[in-house]
Amino acid sequence: MITAVLEKIHSGLPGAHVELVNNPSPCAQHSLLVGAADARAVAEFLRDDLQFDFASNVSGVDWPPRKVKESVVRKETVDGVEKEIKETIEHDVPGYLEAVYHLYSVARKCGPITLRMRTVDRDKNVSLPSLTPVWKSADFQEREVFDLYGIRFDGHPDLRRLLMWDEYADHPMRKDFVPPDDFEYEPTPHDNVLKRVKAREATEGEGA
Amino acid sequence: MSTLAINSTSSGDARTLDLSLGPQHPSTHGVFRMNVTLEGETVVKLKPVFGYLHRNHEKIAEGNSWLAAMPYTDRLDYICPITNNWAYAVAVEKLAGIEVAERAEYIRVIVGELTRLQNHAAFLGFVLGDMGAWGSALMYAFREREKILDLFESLTGARMMCNYMRFGGCRCDLPPGWIEGATKVVDKFPAFLDEMEALLTGNEILLARLQGVAPLSAARAINGGMSGPVLRASGVDYDIRKVDGYGIYNRFKFRIPRGEVGDCYDRFMLRVIESRESLQILKQAIAGLPGGPIINPKAKLRGFRPPVGEAYGRIESPKGELGFYVISDGTDKPYRFRIRPPSLINLTLLEELCLGTKIADVMIILGTVDIVLGEVDR
Repeated sequence: MITAVLEKIHSGLPGAHVELVNNPSPCAQHSLLVGAADARAVAEFLRDDLQFDFASNVSGVDWPPRKVKESVVRKETVDGVEKEIKETIEHDVPGYLEAVYHLYSVARKCGPITLRMRTVDRDKNVSLPSLTPVWKSADFQEREVFDLYGIRFDGHPDLRRLLMWDEYADHPMRKDFVPPDDFEYEPTPHDNVLKRVKAREATEGEGA
Repeated sequence: MSTLAINSTSSGDARTLDLSLGPQHPSTHGVFRMNVTLEGETVVKLKPVFGYLHRNHEKIAEGNSWLAAMPYTDRLDYICPITNNWAYAVAVEKLAGIEVAERAEYIRVIVGELTRLQNHAAFLGFVLGDMGAWGSALMYAFREREKILDLFESLTGARMMCNYMRFGGCRCDLPPGWIEGATKVVDKFPAFLDEMEALLTGNEILLARLQGVAPLSAARAINGGMSGPVLRASGVDYDIRKVDGYGIYNRFKFRIPRGEVGDCYDRFMLRVIESRESLQILKQAIAGLPGGPIINPKAKLRGFRPPVGEAYGRIESPKGELGFYVISDGTDKPYRFRIRPPSLINLTLLEELCLGTKIADVMIILGTVDIVLGEVDR
């Protein structure tokens, strides 16, 4: 089904950047990787022309930078004899954040179609277009992805944290998130006193 | 029990009143809070505030083995633990391509539909409590729910935290006499529904509080991601048991009830009618229960490593579409474990439903959407 959908997108929206991402799992739920610039147009095309009217699930996925090892065989001539030399080359794959949408069609009773969008990196360029104007159901879920992964959804009507509190700085679902030693810690006015005590103990010895 | 905290008017506008409703309010079904702006008694703005029960379920599951997430799913929608298990099992079975044992499929349908019955019974009690019929209706409902929980206890050892499903089957077989007990419950349940209906359906107060309150059109319900009874109450013919036919649901004959206008009354009555259809499924499943193993002998539980890939599996839970999106990187832990919570997503349109209604109706609207905070906040 996904290849037919892809063909329809290519014929309906020529020039839109959409490619197929293969899923090796036995369920073969392949997905469509959509360029951020074309995402709104593709989403509207899917909703209006192909009747994928139900955006069921929106989830974030974090892919930190990783090293991929590749074994390469190259031929070299040493002392006039051609030899095959096996080498493993390591190259870096930059990290990115991903927003995954699972779409169903209530009208045609089919699905799912999996849409993916990727950010440029994980620090500065973490913006993706919001699909909430297309499917209202993405509203809270995009807020949750923003909260837990830190993807900024441009065009979202009310992009605030959903589950964590507003002053919270981190994004806990990221793979490199370090949980705090003390989950119950809260800064108190007494902290300054404790700091002074520690400093004095360091210079004058314990119990001073 | 006065938990309505009245804030000063933030806008300085003397005509409106900002009200922080919850989180410790008896009718918010847990720790749910709404910031409501009122003009007189009419709601002009409503912003839900989440996270009071947030423990980052998904992160915890990603730090444990695939199987270790199974008992933890019980804690999502703690009214219906078995359907939570089922949804997770369906997702992982899709991911790894595991076949489910025939007998286990029947047992899954039986316990799943019993879960639906007890959820809808509890729902009737809760909503009537929200309407001011405090106590009696809930006790009537819980009397019935208790009989089903007793069945769960004799089957799984736990009344609510059942931890019953496994990838490829179920954890344990039915104890002796269990089927007779289930048959008895199924036979007696219509009497409870009849009694509830006789007491309620024609009740003038109930009709006045429910009919015409917060109607939801089919188009808005679909766009807003509503699922389950709320979606069908708006007249949409969409039940995942029919559409996906997961498990063995395509072997049973049952109808999908639908509402007409999608108001609170439709959402309320739909649960009653849906319970009657669940009883039909139960009768067929109990009659057709085959023998054999309760788990696929090839399924591996300890040291389970599904192949690299991803899958989205979903079921029709009593609250709506409960889905799990799992990504495997080939190790013994899920790389990504995402829950599609029907309780949270069914609240997307809460503000839209409540605008222009009276503050007393907000509780009923919230009640007829049927949420559980363990699943909303995760």
